[in-house]
Amino acid sequence: MTEILNYILLGFLVVCAVSVSFSKNLLNSILIFMSYSLVMSVIWILLKSPDLAITEAAVGAGITSVLFFITLKKIHAIQSGKREEEEDEPEKRAE
Amino acid sequence: MSRRREQSEYEKTFAFRFFRWLSGEKDAYIGNMEMRPQKEYEEKEETVAERMREKGKFSAEVYDKKYNRELRFFDRLYRAFSIIFCIAIVAVLIFTVSFLPEVGNEANPDNNIVSETYISRGIYDTGTVNIVTGMILAYRAFDTFGETNVLFVATCCVMILLMVDEDKIRENKESNDRGFEPKNDVILQKVAHVLAPVIFLFGIYIILNGHLSPGGGFSGGAMIGAGLTLYVAAFGFEKTERFFNERVYRIVKVTALMLYGCIVLYYFYTGANGLANLIPLGEAGRILSGGITLPINIFVGSEVACTIYAFYALFRRGGL
Repeated sequence: MTEILNYILLGFLVVCAVSVSFSKNLLNSILIFMSYSLVMSVIWILLKSPDLAITEAAVGAGITSVLFFITLKKIHAIQSGKREEEEDEPEKRAE
Repeated sequence: MSRRREQSEYEKTFAFRFFRWLSGEKDAYIGNMEMRPQKEYEEKEETVAERMREKGKFSAEVYDKKYNRELRFFDRLYRAFSIIFCIAIVAVLIFTVSFLPEVGNEANPDNNIVSETYISRGIYDTGTVNIVTGMILAYRAFDTFGETNVLFVATCCVMILLMVDEDKIRENKESNDRGFEPKNDVILQKVAHVLAPVIFLFGIYIILNGHLSPGGGFSGGAMIGAGLTLYVAAFGFEKTERFFNERVYRIVKVTALMLYGCIVLYYFYTGANGLANLIPLGEAGRILSGGITLPINIFVGSEVACTIYAFYALFRRGGL
């Protein structure tokens, strides 16, 4: 049973790793990367190293993605809701 | 007895000039070196228009794949080669992996005397029930000291790159990215209200139990750092600065690193075995046991927590 779960998770890892590089939207890329880390931490538990699982969940899924989010926001690759609408409208008119 | 010098005599000495330069009273370059303010480069509108026109002509004629056969050919070649290259690398890696020994095989080269010694003698030498932490923090304390230094240097580099003057932070408070966010998001605040204390508590538990249960300084520190990040994201920097500001950060970080350095120095000076005098190994399985492992866990934990919070704060607003 654990073996089957292991194979499913490993397959999920491959799918995540490929789709990170193929996704056009940077925000989606980060979210997929986050899920990659989360699955990785589950795999660490199955490999019987819970200390690595804790670190992976905290650093990989938490801190790194947050830093990516901030960086994307600083370079205006993602914008928060209201601003986006305001800024998008004049562009649409121009088109 | 040193004789008291006259002020005029002292001003001629090297020490006076050095300290004056150090305190920034006199810049060695001013007066000795010709300095001109840099002019801003301005371009006429006509030249800009002409350049843009030429650029457009170029891209229309030269870089259009319809007319340029060589470019089309190179484009296909490039794609073909990139695919071949990727497949070759994957093939080589898989080929190499097939030669690796099976996991858990008794005849593997990693089943040697080192791991045997760690497993059989670890609890007597280091007093830690968790062999992994005992290995990392007692047998290889010097390695981990290097890693902790790397964290310290990494924070310094991020500070050099992203630190903004404190006045500017106050000036640009509204235009700062804090202004763009939903300032008091109720959902986030309620969740943080419930979760943050639990995360802090769990992190502290992991650090203090590093020598008894899985985990240790790095894991626990990362969790506390993540908790701090959550707290800042929910409640803003003003509330966080009440208990964690730049002063606290500096004191905690430098003190932790220096005390860790002292412990490692003592440990190696006494031949890596004599520390039982300073910090007794204690009874295995108790919280207050494990010799140097527990204090080193605490130091590494606070170091990592500070690093993670500093990364977040520096990325967000360019200051702690």
